[in-house]
Amino acid sequence: MSTWRVAAAILRKDLLSEWRTKDVLTGVLLFGFTVSVAFTFAFEPTADEARVIAGGLLWLAFLFASILGLNRGFARETANDCLAGLRLAPADPGAIYLGKLLSNLLLLFIAELVLLPVFGLFFNLSLWNRPGSLLLILLLGTWGLTALGTMFSAVSANTRMQELMLPLLLLPLTVPVLVATVDLTATLLADLPLAFAGLQFRLLVGFDIIFTLLCWLLFGYVVEE
Amino acid sequence: MSESTYQRLTPALVAATLVLLLVALYQVFFVVPTEKTMGVVQRIFYIHMPSAVVSFNLFFVVFVCSIAYLRTRRLGWDRVAVSAAEVGTIFCAAVLITGPLWAKPVWGIWWAWDPRLTTTLILFLIFVGYLMLRVYVEDPNRRALLSAVVGIIGFVDVPIVYIANRFRGQHPKPVIGGGEGSGLAPEMWVGLIWCLVALHALGLLLFLQRYRLETLSHELNELYRRVRA
Repeated sequence: MSTWRVAAAILRKDLLSEWRTKDVLTGVLLFGFTVSVAFTFAFEPTADEARVIAGGLLWLAFLFASILGLNRGFARETANDCLAGLRLAPADPGAIYLGKLLSNLLLLFIAELVLLPVFGLFFNLSLWNRPGSLLLILLLGTWGLTALGTMFSAVSANTRMQELMLPLLLLPLTVPVLVATVDLTATLLADLPLAFAGLQFRLLVGFDIIFTLLCWLLFGYVVEE
Repeated sequence: MSESTYQRLTPALVAATLVLLLVALYQVFFVVPTEKTMGVVQRIFYIHMPSAVVSFNLFFVVFVCSIAYLRTRRLGWDRVAVSAAEVGTIFCAAVLITGPLWAKPVWGIWWAWDPRLTTTLILFLIFVGYLMLRVYVEDPNRRALLSAVVGIIGFVDVPIVYIANRFRGQHPKPVIGGGEGSGLAPEMWVGLIWCLVALHALGLLLFLQRYRLETLSHELNELYRRVRA
């Protein structure tokens, strides 16, 4: 089977099982909501302050929530030896990675779309002045997080301290994503053109491409028997 | 190297490293001139910068050995990688400790989000994660496999972290290689080179001992396994 057909099959399987259990989306949404509430209590920003710090808080909330979602997303494969079944399929392990990446990306993206208005409400932000740019930043940032996150959820699933290992490995490695998305979001909130943070934009795209390719190549080693 | 070679060589290596370190310290405290604006505290630079070079070199060894392990599947590569990673992390910690000690009197603050500083900190955290991962995986082959993957991804990540932080926050000009007006006096270069050599010798000595320990514990495990079988 071709890579894309395998990836599509895994995407379909993940979405179907998510549709039936709803465990990733509920967890991520509730957690993201709770963290946003905690942030408003912790900072109580005025409208001007909010524009400055909201980008950072928003992405921290997304980052924490996505770690939660990624952990659960791969737990689905370890339960009932599901991973052994996937390995037995006559398919390139890179295709399994792409499928998992797509399903994680889609689920987290949906969760973020729901969380975004809530966040805007709490922090009094006008987020939707330029919906195209906002969605683009959101998509590229989430892609960067999930490209490495999917890989490391598989790595940490092999360890004794599953839930702990993922953030320990993922947080330092995704610093460039955090830096770039926070700068881009701040640019957007300050009503400046995105080209103002053009370097960060290129960096984000580069990060996404490099790590998607690298993890695609290396994923086979992580899931092998 | 076999264990008997280690036992013969170690005293000589320790002695050579000690001599080099003493010469380097003598240079730092008695030979190199005091820097004009920063004063005596600038001498910490002779420990700070060479430690950074040693740790980056060791992390590069981790990267190369990780690739070699994935290609050959020989656990020897993994033993080199973990030894280099541990010693590299220690040198990296030395960089992070000496940095703020130098920064406080010179910049007036302990810490600035300068790209080099931030990158070193992130590098440190990546390799702490690498070492933590190894603790939590029991099977030696699986441990080698997973840490090789992390070693490769971690190394590729570092230059990107540097670029990401390049254009934000406060940017003190690098002392060396910072373009116009930066650079070292010739006597300072001599001191720096002595320190570079001495700290590399120290790094090599620690690395060899760590590798020896790793090899011995591997052999011991093999013996246990054979006795049990």
